[in-house]
Amino acid sequence: MKLSHLKELESESIFVLREVAAQFERPVLLFSGGKDSILVSHLARKAFWPAKIPFPLMHIDTGHNFHETISYRDEWITHLDAKLIVRSVQDSINQGRVAEEKGPNASRNALQTVTLVDALEELKFDCAIGGARRDEEKARAKERFFSHRDEFSQWDPKNQRPELWNLFNGRKAVGEHFRVFPISNWTEMDVWQYIMQENIHLPSLYFTHERSVFERDGMLLAQTEFLVPRAHEKLTDRWVRFRTIGDATCTGAVESPANSLEDIISEVAASRTTERGTRADDKRSEAAMEDRKKAGYF
Amino acid sequence: MGASRLGLRAAGASFIPHPSSLILFLIVMHETEFSTAGYLDMELLRFTTAGSVDDGKSTLIGRLLYDSKSIFEDQYDAIVATSEKRGEDHVNLALLTDGLRAEREQGITIDVAYRYFATPRRKFIVADTPGHIQYTRNMVTGASTANAAIILIDARHGVIEQTRRHAYIASLLRIPHVLVCVNKMDLVEWSEARFNEIRTQFIEMSAQIDSNLDIHFLPISALLGDNVVDESQNMKWFGGPALLHLLETLPIENDLNRSEARFSVQYVVRPMRADFHDYRGYAGRVSGGVFRPGDTVKILPSGQTSTIESIETMDGPLDYAFAPMSVTIRLKDDVDISRGDMIVTGDCPPLVTQDLEIMVCWLADRPLQAGGKYAIKHTTRDGRCVVKSVDYKVDINTLEKVEGDTTVGLNDIARLTLRTTAPFCADHYRRNRETGSLILIDEATNVTVGAGMIL
Ligand SMILES: Nc1nc2c(ncn2[C@@H]2O[C@H](COP(=O)(O)OP(=O)(O)O)[C@@H](O)[C@H]2O)c(=O)[nH]1
Repeated sequence: MKLSHLKELESESIFVLREVAAQFERPVLLFSGGKDSILVSHLARKAFWPAKIPFPLMHIDTGHNFHETISYRDEWITHLDAKLIVRSVQDSINQGRVAEEKGPNASRNALQTVTLVDALEELKFDCAIGGARRDEEKARAKERFFSHRDEFSQWDPKNQRPELWNLFNGRKAVGEHFRVFPISNWTEMDVWQYIMQENIHLPSLYFTHERSVFERDGMLLAQTEFLVPRAHEKLTDRWVRFRTIGDATCTGAVESPANSLEDIISEVAASRTTERGTRADDKRSEAAMEDRKKAGYF
Repeated sequence: MGASRLGLRAAGASFIPHPSSLILFLIVMHETEFSTAGYLDMELLRFTTAGSVDDGKSTLIGRLLYDSKSIFEDQYDAIVATSEKRGEDHVNLALLTDGLRAEREQGITIDVAYRYFATPRRKFIVADTPGHIQYTRNMVTGASTANAAIILIDARHGVIEQTRRHAYIASLLRIPHVLVCVNKMDLVEWSEARFNEIRTQFIEMSAQIDSNLDIHFLPISALLGDNVVDESQNMKWFGGPALLHLLETLPIENDLNRSEARFSVQYVVRPMRADFHDYRGYAGRVSGGVFRPGDTVKILPSGQTSTIESIETMDGPLDYAFAPMSVTIRLKDDVDISRGDMIVTGDCPPLVTQDLEIMVCWLADRPLQAGGKYAIKHTTRDGRCVVKSVDYKVDINTLEKVEGDTTVGLNDIARLTLRTTAPFCADHYRRNRETGSLILIDEATNVTVGAGMIL
């Protein structure tokens, strides 16, 4: 009697989501439209089935979306039978809460935080559920499942509560809140394998498609209404897909022929750069795959 | 029970491993070709690492990550650059887990970080706790969910005081498998005699600790890679296998309790929809034994009985459920159940009690207040308790009981008697790590201050 690693991870995440529903008065699930938040919302549906997910989803909309993201979002919410709240960075700009960045590399990534914190305060949420994973980058490796934030929404990495066994301490003072990360222990590979196993429908952006792109700082960026190449940046049509989905102005695409989950999994297995290092990975070679096969892995 | 676990120097204490467990697994498994289907079916193994500063823990984890091809090129390029900048001869694999090291050097509170790697057989979660004089709190945290502990020993120094502490914590936290890695064998001429000497030292030392640990010894060089992923060419006298192979094949199926059925209700599911009108399900995770539809169950602490109607998940009903599955249980009778109640079967129910005897590891700077009141969290049940007495402390270096000293500070381990405001369903920690563990919370700051194991 032993669960597969995916079933064990699923069970752990469901446990965490149920703890959230039990321990907090007003939780909210942050939904970005990317695969990780799609996964978390899928797990939330499982955790409370046949009841509806007992908390809303919230999309912090940068306004710089690929149009596929929004149409996918609306379909997915209908499928989940969940409640969606949208708060937009544009509103924060209009209200003078934040100022738009200037210059060719302007992005709204940083501005999102203000919109988020304002929304948490406005709607009195005491727990925001996110799809971050510990394998994403060094700084996250120490993050807890239940991450305490003080009344200024700040995280103090030097003073986190120890987390032992499966006992999650969500006690807090008035005005404080928590960020909870149910898929902390999943790796990028686990996420893809599970999505395949569960047959979860994903936005088309993850699969190969032809798109007008140009290179900037070693990244392949898509031409959109929000982002146009500068004079020397040559626009070409290429077969690309996205490994992460975020603000259209700063999410790099990768050249790839992958048009199924199986293809993506082979690509992730052979990939030699992290998801976050969306630098053009020319270095990815047949040799890399060969090396791994020789070593007996992948 | 607690009285016998300490200060026992008598021969014959049960920590001495059975000879058969010293014979390392020699089963040669066929290399499975990577296939998507096979890969979906891996098992999960969680382990923690313990060692003193500079025993080579970061190097070992770096090597496991690197040699198992879990390091991406951009991460590797970054450490190559740093190694060059520092003028080091080799690429310093320890830099892969650099974050914590930097903290240590800056004298910041050291913490547990989690690392991930996978082979076609298993996915591994490593609780990485860097060596430090005062790091009991971190090792306890990392150990609480671990199936296995790697204890590192520097071949030049042999078993030292800290090794004893690490072995004690592994046993206190009931980590089922202990892998003692004698590291830096390259610095002792790959000597078999030295390895055997350290193994004997460890076995003698651990005879003081009452435990049923499954224990394995390996001679390695984390720096050069000997016996980490590949079997050593320098130590042919060691029959193998290498550490990674051992991690891939440790039998972990029975690490969880399979005999006493336990299910703590986490959340009551009530859809309130026309198509599920009278539906009432108890959501939670199995923490021991097996549940099946038709089983007669007892609900604690009330003691009511009922029968399992069905075990449900969104993917369909189940014929049985075992730990650590998250499921929803429906009962035949309309009993009054809420979060924190425990559903059990069989003739060995947990003790329903307001008096708890525990071993505690203190996690906070502010010492425990004897007579103080704390919030307590056990399974999905919350309550309050008062510390009635500090029965003794454990000198973690000599493993002797210290009586009469009731100051329990950061990193101290002590035996406490608690009185709770409401009954808890207590199992012995040695029977079930999930229903036998609890945390104490400071009611003023809401911080987790104590990790408790029920005796
Ligand atoms: N000769 C030798 N040196 C080693 C070995 N393993 C680690 N070291 C060295 O020991 C020092 C401390 O290693 P490190 O991994 O940082 O130790 P940690 O403090 O336990 O994380 C470094 O200089 C390593 O290069 C080994 O197997 N042989």
